[in-house]
Amino acid sequence: MKLPTLREVGTEAKLLLIGIPVFIWTMVPIYHMFLFAISPKEDAFSGKLWPDHPTLNNFSIVFNQQHYFLRDFWIQFWNSVVIAVSAGALTLLIATAAAFAISRLRVPGGRWVMNLALFTYFIPAAFLAVPMYRTMGNYGLLNNHWSLILAMVTIASPYAIWVLKQASDKLPVELDEAATMDGATTLQLFRLVYVPLMMPSLVAIGTYAILLAWNEYLYAFLLLSKDTEITLPVALGNFLAADDSPWELLMTTGFIYALPPAAIYYAFKRYMVGGLTAGAVKS
Amino acid sequence: MAITLSGDHAIASPPLSARLTTPQVWGIVLLAPYLLVFLAFVVYPVGYGLWLARHPASYVALYHDPIFARAAVNTLIFLLVGINVKMAIALFLSGFFAQQRTWIKWLSVLFILPWAVPSIPTILSVRFMLNPEWGVINQLIFKLTAEDGPNWLNDPTVALGMAIGVHIWKSLPFWTLILMTGRLAISHDLYEAAEVDGASWSQKFRYITWPSMQTLYITCTLLSMIWTLGDFNSVYLLTGGGPADLTHVLATLGIRYLRLDQLSLAMASIVCALPLVLPLVYFMMKRLSR
Repeated sequence: MKLPTLREVGTEAKLLLIGIPVFIWTMVPIYHMFLFAISPKEDAFSGKLWPDHPTLNNFSIVFNQQHYFLRDFWIQFWNSVVIAVSAGALTLLIATAAAFAISRLRVPGGRWVMNLALFTYFIPAAFLAVPMYRTMGNYGLLNNHWSLILAMVTIASPYAIWVLKQASDKLPVELDEAATMDGATTLQLFRLVYVPLMMPSLVAIGTYAILLAWNEYLYAFLLLSKDTEITLPVALGNFLAADDSPWELLMTTGFIYALPPAAIYYAFKRYMVGGLTAGAVKS
Repeated sequence: MAITLSGDHAIASPPLSARLTTPQVWGIVLLAPYLLVFLAFVVYPVGYGLWLARHPASYVALYHDPIFARAAVNTLIFLLVGINVKMAIALFLSGFFAQQRTWIKWLSVLFILPWAVPSIPTILSVRFMLNPEWGVINQLIFKLTAEDGPNWLNDPTVALGMAIGVHIWKSLPFWTLILMTGRLAISHDLYEAAEVDGASWSQKFRYITWPSMQTLYITCTLLSMIWTLGDFNSVYLLTGGGPADLTHVLATLGIRYLRLDQLSLAMASIVCALPLVLPLVYFMMKRLSR
C-alpha cells in the first residue's frame, strides 16, 4: 500500500472544503425538524444541538391525537394516502394508454396531443390554480377528494405521457409486428407485450405521481377545507393560524408526513433517477 | 383529436369507420381519457380564467395597487437572483458530485433529501429557525456576540432574500443531478488529452466542460424560470407574503386576490405574467418536441 501523495491529500482537502458546507446546508432544516420532534417542549426552544432528555412523547401525542390541533390526525393521514394513491393510479392509467396510442399505434393527431401535454407541463402550477379553483367550484367538486385527485392527475399526466412516450419509442417495432403476426389483438399487444416491457418506466412514473400528490400543498389548501376532508399538509398549514402554535408537535407531524416520500424515494431510487432525469431535460 | 376528426369528416365522403384501421380506433379510445382531462381541467379553466380577466378595469386597478407593483418587482428579483445563483451553484456542485469517491456518493444520497421531502415541514422548520426570539440562528448569534440578531422575516428585503434561499435549498439538488448527468456524458478522453497538454483546471472547464454543457445549462435555466415563476410554497410558507404584503410574488399574489374574492384581479395578475411565460413555453416546446 502506498502512502497518498501530498497532491492527493490536497485534492481531498479541497473536496472536503466543499463537502462539509454542502452537508450542513442540506441537513440543517431537516435536522432541526427532527430535533424538535424528539425534544420535550421546554428543550425545544433552548437552542441546544441535542436535547437533554430526548423523548418519543411527541410522537405518542400525535398518534393518539391528544391535542386540539391533532384531533383528526389519522383521518387526515388517510386522506393523504387515498388521494396520493388514487392520483398515482389514475395518472398511470391515463398516461400509459395515451403513450401507447401515440407511440405504438401512431394514432392520427398523436403528435398534436403530445404538444398539448407539453404545453400543460409548462404552465406554472400556481397560475393554473386560480382558474382551477373556480372550475372545481363550477363542477361542484370543491371539498370533495375528487377535485384534488383530478387536479393532480391533470398536473402529473403531461410529464408522465412525455416520459413514457420517450421510453416507448425506444422499444423495437419488430416486437409489435411479431405479436400481430401471431394474431395478438391491439389490447393483447398492450397488456402482454407493452406493459411488461415498460415496467421500469411505469414504476418511475407511478412513484412520481404519488409523490407529487402526497407533497402537494397549494391545490390541497385551495380545494379542500373541512377538517375531516383536508390532507396532512393543509392541517400543518392550519397550525400556523394560531399565535401559540405547539411547534414541537407541528415539527413531529411534519416529520411523520415527510417520512413516506423519503422512504419511497430511496426504495425506488434506481427507477426514479433513471426515468426522471432522462425525461426531465433532453439534451 | 375530436376537432381533427370532425374536420376530416366534413371534407371526405367515406364514413370514418372505413378509413380507420382497428389499431387506430383503439388509439383514439386510449387517448380519449387524457383528452377529457385536458378539456375539462386545462382548456375550460384557462378559457374561463381569460374570460374573467377580460375587463380593462381590472388592469387599471392592478396598476394602482402598490402591492401588485411590489410583487412584480419581487418576482423579477426572485427570478434573476434565485435562478442564476441556483444554476451557478448547481453547475459547480455537479463537478463536485461527479468525483468518484465513496464519501461523495454517500453525500449525494443525503443531498437529494430537500428535493425528495415535501416543502411544508422543511420550510416551516426554516421559518422557526429564523424566529427572532426562539429561533436557533438568533440564539447562536446571541451566544457568540451577546447581541440580538436581526428580525429576519420582518424586513421585506431580508425576508425575500430568505425566501429565495429556501427556494434554492429546495430545488438545487434536482438541477445538480441533471447537470451531473450532462457532465458524466462528456467523454473522458477529452480531459485526459487536456491533462497531457498540461491544461489547468480553469482551462479544462473553459474549453471542454462549458462548451459541452452550454445548451443543457441554458435549457435548464429556462425550464427553471417557468417553475420558479410558479413557486408558491417558498414565499407563502416562509413569509405568507408579509410583512405588510411586501414580499408577494406573482404566484402568491394571484392566490391572495383569490382569497379576498377578487377573482378578476387574481386572473389579471396572472395574465400580466404571460408575456414572460409564453416565450419561455414556446422555446421549451420547440426544444423538447423535436
